[in-house]
Amino acid sequence: MSEVLVLAEYTDAGLRKVTAEMLAAAARIGTPAAVVVGAPGTAERLQAELAAAGAAKIYAAESDQVASLVTVPAVRALEAAAAAAGSVGAILLAATVEGREVAGRLAVRLDSGLVADAVDVQVDGTDVVATQSIFGGAYTVRSTVAKGTPIISVRPNSIEVATDQPAAGAGEAVPLEVSLDGVKAATVVASHPEPAGDRPELSAASIVVSGGRGVGSAEHFAVVEALADALGGAVGASRAAVDSGYYPHQFQVGQTGTTVSPQLYVALGISGAIQHRAGMQTSKTIVAVNKDSEAPIFEITDFGVVGDLFDVTPALTEAVKARKQG
Amino acid sequence: MDIAVLVKQVPDTYSERKLRDEDHRLDRDAADAVIDEIDSRGVEIALQLTEANGGEVTVVTMGPDRATETLRKALAMGAHKAVHIVDDGLAGSDALTTSAALAAALRTLSFDLVIAGNEATDGRTGSIPSMLAERLDLPAVTQVQKLEVADGVVRAERADEAGYSEVTAPLPAVVSVTEKLTEPRYPNFKGIMAAKSKPVTTLGLAELGITPVAACVVVDATPKPPKSAGQKVTDDGSGGQQVADFLAAQRLI
Repeated sequence: MSEVLVLAEYTDAGLRKVTAEMLAAAARIGTPAAVVVGAPGTAERLQAELAAAGAAKIYAAESDQVASLVTVPAVRALEAAAAAAGSVGAILLAATVEGREVAGRLAVRLDSGLVADAVDVQVDGTDVVATQSIFGGAYTVRSTVAKGTPIISVRPNSIEVATDQPAAGAGEAVPLEVSLDGVKAATVVASHPEPAGDRPELSAASIVVSGGRGVGSAEHFAVVEALADALGGAVGASRAAVDSGYYPHQFQVGQTGTTVSPQLYVALGISGAIQHRAGMQTSKTIVAVNKDSEAPIFEITDFGVVGDLFDVTPALTEAVKARKQG
Repeated sequence: MDIAVLVKQVPDTYSERKLRDEDHRLDRDAADAVIDEIDSRGVEIALQLTEANGGEVTVVTMGPDRATETLRKALAMGAHKAVHIVDDGLAGSDALTTSAALAAALRTLSFDLVIAGNEATDGRTGSIPSMLAERLDLPAVTQVQKLEVADGVVRAERADEAGYSEVTAPLPAVVSVTEKLTEPRYPNFKGIMAAKSKPVTTLGLAELGITPVAACVVVDATPKPPKSAGQKVTDDGSGGQQVADFLAAQRLI
């Protein structure tokens, strides 16, 4: 079986969940192999996790220069790994800011077709078929790549790992020599990670609690956060709430923010404009609380409460806590 | 400083967007067509930079005849001239071919910066800026939420899921902007009138010297049945508890 390359996404704390999801998808196509790009020692730090998630090989492109340049080192590393592997069944990347840009550059370098933001990857005969959910979930589109090596970016949280966990791989380390002489790339001068706190990352969270204009102020978002924390979920915000300055932009859910597809989405004080729905309507279960019984959000909710979010939400938070303790 | 700005005509995200049954392509007649909002921000930042430093803004689009409307909008905002890539052979192009056409058009211009939106609201691959950087062998400064250009260097804040990074790159460079960067100006009457006489160059496949290739093939496209509304209750003081009971019944808590 040909190798399927997965660009590993990680933080200081370890692998991002989407990496295991991509390795599970890779196992359907061929032999999963991870590609780690970063400062020296990164691949060794991630070795056990990658092997457990199914990686048979772990290609590593490591240097201080690699860590300081934007996007291009990962592109060159994947190109080198593909050359080292011989024939490659597909190359999978996370549909994150970085993953999607790596995918774009790589598609040009390998003159290959790119399917962006796939929510599923399957094999049909000899074809790799990627499924996309477009226009905010209004259409499901299945595509194959007719030219070169299929390059697919995979939306976090869309591949079920629990039911489709590949066997652990050998995790054999394969160092890559990647020359970056003369490459034209932006240089990272400083990084400013937002304090993540204890909450899961928005795009990958299985529960998301979002607040909208109805929350009314930045201070009142504490009500949203308290429910998110009780549920162990991430906090999101509608564009109206972000534009009003209630919550930071990186938490915006919608057409122009993050697209989420969690098991449970709770919308508090969100009317449900198409812009917002486009970013969350593929959520498995949707719950909304809104004062306006005519709010469009209720058209897509599984359970809606017409009422004051400042009455309903604290009561819900207490009920969730009580149930978890009980 | 000369700047090329990519603009795209897209179906309004406030209207219903459809794919045509016969070829799974965007049904451009089904929805109102507008300049993608993120691109009007790209035009705005380019105008601010040229107002401060001199130079010209050229807006570049690829699309059917009707995409001229989008170019006129950008020209009315204050852009100096426009390039319209239009050819029936480019209809339904995927990102690989689109980037080849845009790169070929950009090679006909002189520029210090190429500015694009971070992703279009219809295709959403978010890959065109990085593909152009690769094709033109330029550094890419992407997902910009704050931008400074001085002394031949771009300094920017690049936003990602984890927060943001400060990045730099020498000119010429490709920049992709986020909606956080700036608010677009509205064209005034004078601008709208002036736009009518600004030059628009059209380029087809022959002038660009490229051959479209379908690198991706759509197998099928299925409209999702609209999600039907579930249960709705009016809060009588027990709303919170009722939601908790619902979540428990669904095994979500």
